[in-house]
Amino acid sequence: MTSFWSAWIIVLTLAFLVGIIWLLRWNMSNYTHIEEGEPMDHEFDGIVEINNPLPRWWTILFWITIVWGFIYLALYPGLGNFKGLLGWTSSNQGVLSVEESELATAAAKEAGLIVQYDREVDDADAVFGPIFQAFAARSIEDLAADENVRKIGQRLFLQNCAQCHGSNAMGGKGFPNLTDTDWLYGGSPEAIKHTLINGRQGAMPAYGETYSAKQISELANYVLSLSGRKVDPVMAEAGKANFVVCSACHGVDGKGNQMIGAPNLTDNIWLYGGSQAAIEETLLNGRNGVMPAFIDTLGEDKIHVISSYVYGLSQQQ
Amino acid sequence: MMSQTSPQQLEYNLKVVRQFAIMTVIWGIIGMAVGVFIAAQLIWPELNFDTPWLTYSRLRPLHTNAVIFAFGTSALMGTSFYIVQKTCLTPLFSNKLASFVFWGWQTVILLAVITLPLGITSSKEYAELEWPIDILIAIVWVAYLIVFFGTMVRRRTSHIYVANWFLGAFIVTVAVLHIVNSMAIPVSFTKSYSIYAGAVDAMVQWWYGHNAVGFLLTAGFLGMMYYFVPKQAERPVYSYRLSVVHFWALISLYIWAGPHHLHYTALPDWTQSLGMVMSVILFVPSWGGMINGIMTLSGAWHKLKTDPILRFLIVSLSFYGMSTFEGPMMSIKSVNALSHYTDWTIGHVHSGALGWVAMITIGALYYLFPRLYSQNGMFSTKWVNVHFWLHTIGVVLYIVALWISGVMQGLMWRATNADDGTLTFSFIESVEASYPFWFIRFVGGLFIVAGMLLMAYNCWLTIRRGNPAREFIDVKPAPAAATV
Repeated sequence: MTSFWSAWIIVLTLAFLVGIIWLLRWNMSNYTHIEEGEPMDHEFDGIVEINNPLPRWWTILFWITIVWGFIYLALYPGLGNFKGLLGWTSSNQGVLSVEESELATAAAKEAGLIVQYDREVDDADAVFGPIFQAFAARSIEDLAADENVRKIGQRLFLQNCAQCHGSNAMGGKGFPNLTDTDWLYGGSPEAIKHTLINGRQGAMPAYGETYSAKQISELANYVLSLSGRKVDPVMAEAGKANFVVCSACHGVDGKGNQMIGAPNLTDNIWLYGGSQAAIEETLLNGRNGVMPAFIDTLGEDKIHVISSYVYGLSQQQ
Repeated sequence: MMSQTSPQQLEYNLKVVRQFAIMTVIWGIIGMAVGVFIAAQLIWPELNFDTPWLTYSRLRPLHTNAVIFAFGTSALMGTSFYIVQKTCLTPLFSNKLASFVFWGWQTVILLAVITLPLGITSSKEYAELEWPIDILIAIVWVAYLIVFFGTMVRRRTSHIYVANWFLGAFIVTVAVLHIVNSMAIPVSFTKSYSIYAGAVDAMVQWWYGHNAVGFLLTAGFLGMMYYFVPKQAERPVYSYRLSVVHFWALISLYIWAGPHHLHYTALPDWTQSLGMVMSVILFVPSWGGMINGIMTLSGAWHKLKTDPILRFLIVSLSFYGMSTFEGPMMSIKSVNALSHYTDWTIGHVHSGALGWVAMITIGALYYLFPRLYSQNGMFSTKWVNVHFWLHTIGVVLYIVALWISGVMQGLMWRATNADDGTLTFSFIESVEASYPFWFIRFVGGLFIVAGMLLMAYNCWLTIRRGNPAREFIDVKPAPAAATV
C-alpha cells in the first residue's frame, strides 16, 4: 500500500474514533434547554421523548470499548502500513509461490516478527515431526500391518483424499477405487507413494475428429468384447481393425500400460462408466484425469503414512 | 387516491400501507415456508426430487431473498410510509410514486421468485439477482427515497422524529450499498460478472452484506421500533439524548464492520483488525436502541401481562439485544476461529431475523391492521397470544439447536489427536453429528410457520369485518422556520 493510502486510512480511522468520543461526551452533558427527566418540547403523533441522561453503566461500557479499540490498533496491524507494536501477522500475505513463502518465513524469523501461521506449523512440526520421521524410517508394508499407523493413515486420508476418493476409498466416476487390485499406475508401495508425491495426469485423447460415429460405435463394441461382455460380433470385428491405434497405449491385448496410466480394458472395471454410451463418449471426447501432487501440502513423511494406508486397503482383498 | 378533500383537510395515504401490510404477511409465509422446506432437505436430501429448481442450492437464495427483501422490506416500506406521514403530519409526497414503489417492488420480488429457482444468479450472497433486476431495484429504490424524503421535507412539525432518522439512514445507505455492490459487466441478458476481482470483490460483497444487516435489518427496524413501541405502550420514549448518540454511533460504526466476515482469509490483516475493532465498539450503540425501547416501558410493565402485541415488541427487543451482543463477540478473531462456517452463524442470523426483525414486524402489523381497517382491535387477541407463543417457542428451538450444533461443529473441526497431531474427525462425521439438531431446527421452523398462518387468518377476518380506514389531517399554518 502506498504511503498516501496508508495515511488516508490512519487519518480516517483516528478522526472517526475521535468523532465518536466527541459524540459521547457531547451527549453526556445536557445541551438542551430542558431539565433532565423532563419531556422534550416536541411531540410526534402523541409520542413524547424524555430528556433522560445516558445510563451510567452504558456510558462506561462505551468508554471501555473505545479505549480497548485504541489499544488493539496500537498492538496489531490495523492503521494502514503500521505493523503494530507486537509485530504480529496472521500469515505471509501476498506471497505467490512456495519459494516466496519460504523467503518471507525466513525474513520474518530474522526480524523477530510473529507470523501466526508459521508459528503454529513450527509448533506442530516440533511435536509431531519426530513421530512421522520414525514412521518414515519403516517400510510401507510394515506400516500397513500396524493397526495404530493404519488409524493415523485413515484420518489423514479422510482429511485429504476422501473429497475425491470417498470416505470408503471406493472412488466414483472419474475417481479410482482404491480398494480393489486394479491400478492405473501400479499398486506397489513405491508406485503409490510416487503418485501421492508427484501427482498424475491421465489423458485419453478424443477421437471424434478421427473416426465417424459408426466407427466409434464399432470400437466401443470391440472394447466391450475384451472384457467378455455381450456385443454385436459383426460390429466388434469391424472395430478391431481400428483398435490398432488404441493399442499404442492400451497394448495389443488391451491390458493397458501402468507406465503411462493407460487402463486395462479387459477387467470390466471402468473409471468413466462401462456402458456402450459411456465408452462412446470417452472415445468421442476423450478424458482428462488429474491426481494432484501432495508433496508441498503434506510433506514426504505424512505421504509415507498415507501410502501405507492406501496400500493396506488393496491388500485386504 | 385523493389527497385534498377540502381546503382544511388533507388525507393520509393508507392504501399503500394496506397493500404493503398484506403483502408482508403473504411473503412472510412464503419465505419462511421455503426456509422450513430447505431445513427439511438438510435432513432428507431426497426432498429435492432430483429436480434442479427444487435443490437446496437454488432454494436457499430464494429463502433469503424472500424473507429479507420480500417480507422484511415490504414491512419496512409499508410502516415507513405510515410513520413518516403520521409523525410529519403530512400526506405522502406523491401517491403515484408511492404506488409505483409498491408495484415496482412486488415485480422485483416476483422476478426473484422466477429467476432464482431457474439458477439465474450473480452468486453474490444476498445480492444474487441478475443485472436487469438490479437496475429495476435501483429505480424503485430511488422512487422510495423521493417519496420518503419528499414527505419529510413537507413536514408540518418543527423537528424530525427519531424513527425517521433511522428510516432515512436505512433508505439512503441501502441505495448506495446496492448500487456499488451490484456493479457488473453483463455478458448476456441473464449473466453478468462483478467488476471487482479477488479480495476486493470479497470485501465489497461483505461491506454490502453486513450493512444489509446493519441498515436494512437493524436501522430500518429500529425506525419501526421507535414508532410502535411508544405507541403501543402509550409511554414516552425513555431518553432523547440516548437516541441521538446511539443513532449517529450506530450508523457510522456499522459501515466499517464488513471485514469480520472475512477473518483468516486473503483479506489483508489490517482490514480484518479494523473491521473487528469497529464491530466490538458497535456493541454499545446497538444496545442503546434496546435500552431506549425497553426503558420506554418503565411504569407500564404490567401491560405485558395483558397485551400480546406489546409482548411481541418487547421480546423482539430482547432478541435484538442478544444478537447485537453475540455479533460483536463473534467478530473477535479468536471466537470467529471457532464459530465461522458453522451453524452458529446461521443461529445468530436467525436470532436476529426471527427474534428481532420478524417479531417487531409482527407486533407492528397487529398494531396496524385494525387501524387500517377501522377496527378497535384484531379479530382475535387470543390468537395473537397463541401466535406469540408459537413464534417464541419456534425461535428458541431454532437458535438453541444451532448454537449447540455450531459449537459442536467448530470443536469437531479443530479437534486433533494428541498422539500424532492428525485431525480427529473428518468433515462427514461433523455432518452426521448435526442431524439431531437440524431436526430440532426444522421443528422450530414448523412452529413459526404455523404462527404465521394463524396470523394470516386473523388478519383476513379483521379485514373482512372492517372497511378500509380513511384518516385526515386538519391543516394549520405550518410552523415558521422548521429546524431539525
